[in-house]
Amino acid sequence: MAPYIGTATSRIDGIAKVTGAAKYAAEFNVPGLLHGSVVTSTIAKGRITRLDTSAAMRVKGVIDVLTHENRPPMADNDQAYKDDVAPPGSPFRPLYDDKIKFNLQPIALVVAETSEVARFAASLVTVEYEEVAHVTDIFAARDAAVPIKPPASPVGFTPPKARGQPNRALARAAVRHEGEYYVPIEHHNPMELYGATVIHESDGKLTVYDKTQGVQNVQRYLCGVFGMKPEGVRVLSPFVGGAFGSGLRPQFEAVLAVLAARALERSVRVVLTRPQMYALGYRPAMVQRIALGADADGTLDAIAHDAVTATSQFEEYFRQETGWSGLLYKCANAKYEHKLARLDLPTSCDMRAPSAPTALFALESAMDELAVALELDPLELRLRCYSERDQNHDRPFSSKALRECYRQGAEAFGWNKRNGAPRSMRDGSELVGWGMATGIWEALQMPITVRIALTANGSAEVACATSDIGTGTYTIMAQVAADMLGLPLENISIKLGDSTLPNSPVEGGSWIAASVSNGIATTVAAVRNELLELAKKVPNSPLANAAPDEVKLADGMIVDERDGSRSVSIADAMRHGGVERIEQEETTNPTADDSRARNTHSAVFAEVKIDEEIGVIRVTRVVSAIAGGRVLNTKTASSQILGSVVWGIGMALHEETLIDHKLGRVMNANIAEYHVPVNADVHDIKVIFVHEHDDSNPLGVKGLGEIGIIGVAPAIANAVYHATGKRVRDLPITLDKLHP
Amino acid sequence: MIGFQYARAGDVTDAVRLMAGDPRAKFVAGGTNLIDLMKMDVERPSMVIDINRLPLKEVEEVPGGGLRIGALVRNTDLAYNALVEERYPVLASALLAGATQQLRNMASTGGNLLQRTRCHYFYDTATPCNKREPGSGCSAIGGQNRMHAILGASDACIAVHPSDMCVAMAMLEAMVRVTGASGERAIPFAEFHRLPGETPERDTNLSAGEIITAVELPPRGFATNYTYLKIRDRLSYAFALVSVAAGLELEGGTIKEGHFALGGIAHKPWRDPQAEAALRGQPANAKTFALAADIFLRDAEGYEHNAFKIDLARRCIMRALSQAAAGTPQSQSSKKIV
Repeated sequence: MAPYIGTATSRIDGIAKVTGAAKYAAEFNVPGLLHGSVVTSTIAKGRITRLDTSAAMRVKGVIDVLTHENRPPMADNDQAYKDDVAPPGSPFRPLYDDKIKFNLQPIALVVAETSEVARFAASLVTVEYEEVAHVTDIFAARDAAVPIKPPASPVGFTPPKARGQPNRALARAAVRHEGEYYVPIEHHNPMELYGATVIHESDGKLTVYDKTQGVQNVQRYLCGVFGMKPEGVRVLSPFVGGAFGSGLRPQFEAVLAVLAARALERSVRVVLTRPQMYALGYRPAMVQRIALGADADGTLDAIAHDAVTATSQFEEYFRQETGWSGLLYKCANAKYEHKLARLDLPTSCDMRAPSAPTALFALESAMDELAVALELDPLELRLRCYSERDQNHDRPFSSKALRECYRQGAEAFGWNKRNGAPRSMRDGSELVGWGMATGIWEALQMPITVRIALTANGSAEVACATSDIGTGTYTIMAQVAADMLGLPLENISIKLGDSTLPNSPVEGGSWIAASVSNGIATTVAAVRNELLELAKKVPNSPLANAAPDEVKLADGMIVDERDGSRSVSIADAMRHGGVERIEQEETTNPTADDSRARNTHSAVFAEVKIDEEIGVIRVTRVVSAIAGGRVLNTKTASSQILGSVVWGIGMALHEETLIDHKLGRVMNANIAEYHVPVNADVHDIKVIFVHEHDDSNPLGVKGLGEIGIIGVAPAIANAVYHATGKRVRDLPITLDKLHP
Repeated sequence: MIGFQYARAGDVTDAVRLMAGDPRAKFVAGGTNLIDLMKMDVERPSMVIDINRLPLKEVEEVPGGGLRIGALVRNTDLAYNALVEERYPVLASALLAGATQQLRNMASTGGNLLQRTRCHYFYDTATPCNKREPGSGCSAIGGQNRMHAILGASDACIAVHPSDMCVAMAMLEAMVRVTGASGERAIPFAEFHRLPGETPERDTNLSAGEIITAVELPPRGFATNYTYLKIRDRLSYAFALVSVAAGLELEGGTIKEGHFALGGIAHKPWRDPQAEAALRGQPANAKTFALAADIFLRDAEGYEHNAFKIDLARRCIMRALSQAAAGTPQSQSSKKIV
């Protein structure tokens, strides 16, 4: 049997997905299901003075209209609304009271027999408000921004301390670059709409199908909000049509659907519209100032990275926006300042590689500008500033094959043919630009519990409450289990996305691949141990003297690793022992060793072609070289990077949530006007995985869901500069920014 | 979406009769714009009259050398029609610059003329918009107006017409055939769409109850020297920031006749006779094109986010005219600007 780990195994759920057999949260049906349609606020701040639902109630087929005035009881304290990954602050409470905290806030739920009737009736709800002045523009709130406080909770980030004497180092630097960079608010826009189907079971318990990245997080949260017992609520999310961080925290579709199900004692579905999804979280806008000081030979001596990021008035969301700078490059002196600007918007949230794509747009643009000032090749500058240590915490890396990313990426791209002078390369009427940038992300692992049930016929069920948000978790779990249990892939069934399954963290931070694969390894060891005990009892057992760590499972056998001829088949061992089924459940904790930094890295090279007169930008080539530890599945991993690069193209050239600051309202709240790349914007993308051995966990897995987007936008921005001589420091790079 | 009646018309007379019976009715053909707007509660017709069975699906030659395009000819069928490709390639090109293959398969010729603006505020019923709700105000003035007009706008509305097809038809000087209760009439293309003025709720000069039956193209198709150049914020599936349909008749290096119309910059496809007069009899070179562009844009005015379109329009006019003069029309599949 060929090993599955490290191969291009196609998704085991692929056929179910393309045939429609895979059911998503809003596709589960029960007889008598009711449909909820959300009414949202049309002001950004103030309170509701009058809410008239009488016209909606008169519509045939409408069952009820729930508002803050008539809803059933909900918790009245912040703690009850805190979820596993809530930032500090006072979480938003849907339909709680008359306060309006952001535009598009849910203020009523119309429940009807059909979704069409619900939606029509929702249009008849009239609302009067008392408005209060609002601020939605980060530039207007910038001066009032306050420095972040290290969070008390384990979730969140403590900004790194300054090191050395950055002010003096900057002042004495032979070459300095200082610049301000801006990235606007961006929204996740997963293809699947947010939806929840709540089934009111005959015993009063609730089965909740929700679009989420963490079923157990949602389950705990709903118990908190509604004071329900854990056994009374089961949350499932077998398939997720993309989430990208927007489903890490429980969202209000689940609250509203449960609210209605409890109020009416009926099964209820709530699906948000595309515009309503702009009331969920978003990647915060970020204004950054970077100052770099270097010696004439191109070694960095000082980094100062200041950032202002956006959050709501009621929670303090942030990640380690500024700290990446002093981590990525060798630099004796560094300082960071990170402030939060409070806006009358929903709380910002994690979006694919939270903080890093924005922070590294600034840092890697600044490094490119420094290279120009030094008259040095931008890649050469990176090599001269290469850091063998995490200087933020003064420790080595568990592994760092970034140098190899630079080498292989540059070779595949043909970087050595680059003429360094801006505007020096042409293809007919187009200017050609080559740019590069570095990426860095975390290689995290979280505690996780995996259950494996093995039957004597050689099939196994692997169960864990994690999610597969489209990344391929089902498939890598099956690959790892198949290899370690020594069974064919098709004999493995995967259960996930169910709160009753063994514990899992939310699927985020690129940590699930490392967590669940090593979790499977731990549980397989327990299964193996039980099998070995059984095998020893077989008459004349060739494994009578074998120790657990001396045997492996292969081809349906328990095999002595020192002498492959000594083996007992799994079927024989179980039959002799009179055992039909072996079930083991183990929890795997990541190493507590924090003496080493654990990160993934990338080198991104981009080619743009730009019509000189008109400014139309085409990203004709991207090479992304990734150092991400062991690759479990080269096909799904490559797809993760390809998708990330496409998103990076969008970040560079297209994406921007347009807010009318007078109205405090998102105006391009749909995917026709919120631009992401289309096929015509995407050309040749090459993904390279460089070899990187890491012993932080037994499988050497680091996670690849996020590293691919980081560095793409600055690589493109740097290519635009190289092509045109024009430095664009605010995203997206629309063609008007290239005009004089 | 709000409840509505549905009726199916069997022929043009039937359609006109049904419409006459209900002033709040709307015709539907491909539905690619109307249905979206109904879902957004922007359009609230009391009745939808399905005209898809009307016999208006032919592209026919007319005596004297023109072409008559039935109002129900789908954008895809029109773009790949052999006569259009051969004699009016600028129209084929403009059609292929618009929307997506799936939308073009559904969208009709008549519906394309009647598609409504893509102004963000027009689509969001929570915001004031004079076009959607006369008298409520224009949110785009002082709001998000990157996509908006630089010519012909008013204090009541700065929205732009989103069509690509219409820009080519305006350049070609098409004629719109309509039928109403009082009979048939023909509207010159330049007079079909309106400027917003004080009544931005009215996009066109169609009279109440009239139905578009055909668009007629005159014999002159500029099939040798033409282009459709569309510039937008991504390389496909986005509305134009600026688009230019240009056609030249050359004698040697001299322009005998030159037409150009712009999309994405006004409430209607914009032509300027004075700018075109500046081409006539002049050498087909950058100096001539620059002069024509300057005349064309002499009254252009920008707002907070769209002032760049004045300079962009100037560059696009010059580029489009040089593409046309060189006989190297813009490809709609390769996105490289030629």
